Amino acid sequence: MTRDASLKRHDRFRFLCQLSAAALFNGYAAGFAKGRIFSGKTKLLCVPVLNCYSCPGAFGSCPIGSLQAVIGRSGHGFPFYVLGMLMLFGLILGRLICGFLCPFGWVQDLLARIPIKKAALPLKFDKALRYLKYVILAVFVLLLPALLTDRFGVAPPYFCKYICPAGTLEGGVPLMLLNGELRKLAGVLFGWKLFLLLVILVSAALIPRSFCRYLCPLGAFYSLFNRFSLYRMELDSSKCVGCKKCEQVCPMAVKVTAEINSGECIRCGRCRAACPEGAISCGFLPLHEKDDIRAIERS
Amino acid sequence: MTTKSFIRILRATIFLIGVVFIVVGLFRAEHLEVMNKAVKICLECIGIG
Repeated sequence: MTRDASLKRHDRFRFLCQLSAAALFNGYAAGFAKGRIFSGKTKLLCVPVLNCYSCPGAFGSCPIGSLQAVIGRSGHGFPFYVLGMLMLFGLILGRLICGFLCPFGWVQDLLARIPIKKAALPLKFDKALRYLKYVILAVFVLLLPALLTDRFGVAPPYFCKYICPAGTLEGGVPLMLLNGELRKLAGVLFGWKLFLLLVILVSAALIPRSFCRYLCPLGAFYSLFNRFSLYRMELDSSKCVGCKKCEQVCPMAVKVTAEINSGECIRCGRCRAACPEGAISCGFLPLHEKDDIRAIERS
Repeated sequence: MTTKSFIRILRATIFLIGVVFIVVGLFRAEHLEVMNKAVKICLECIGIG
């Protein structure tokens, strides 16, 4: 099988995984039919992805929304439960969650397939902007709900309210279309969120996974685990010929041969599929006897 | 300590902390708070505020 065919087969496999995940996380069809949200017991659990719990189809809770809800409640709580779940997700899978499971990631992948010329930000600007998602995590998800409350001591979910495009796409748009009473309440905030959603979707068509690169607080959190998660990537330096085909196909513009378990890597596996020498492995790989993980990564 | 040992200890520690956090959260009924928020339409999330 040629490398192109291998890459296409891998893309098809990943498409099916993403489709299945989207159906699993948002499969409550009755919600879409009736214009209401699911209220069953599975909402006790957080899904591992950015997935608005106000999506009519959502079976589980959004971890980012839940973090803000617990932090922002009157009396403020340390979000043990949600944070514990996120830590286990991150430890086991790292950003594989972004590459294979996230519905909003899937939407961006679909948009990236539109055959228009892709853009790339200047390297220095791109590098600096990658830190923005950590700022959004720290400020909008953690600090503002803890510090900026109303007179009852309750804070809104700032990230969800002012930024989250998944909430707009999965929750706002369907509910506004299905529910006339909610539609009457739409105002400036909905206009802002719709505008932001459109900007993010257009940018995703131009810069693959632009939301994941620069804005996603959940991706920022999981990126902290990539270096030591149980699921990992590995580059066999003895096989690598430096052709850089891996880097050409990477949707996150990771320097694959320099830093294969980079926090920016969403573990989509396209690099492995594209490598003509079979130098890249991924999976629940054992740690090597050789001490230095960076030596294995960088060669 | 080798890097491999360090990573193993780090993984075990994070796993332990994660499990402890979940158990503590369950005792504090945080899962009910999560559900309480999730079963109502989040007006802020959908852009109504």
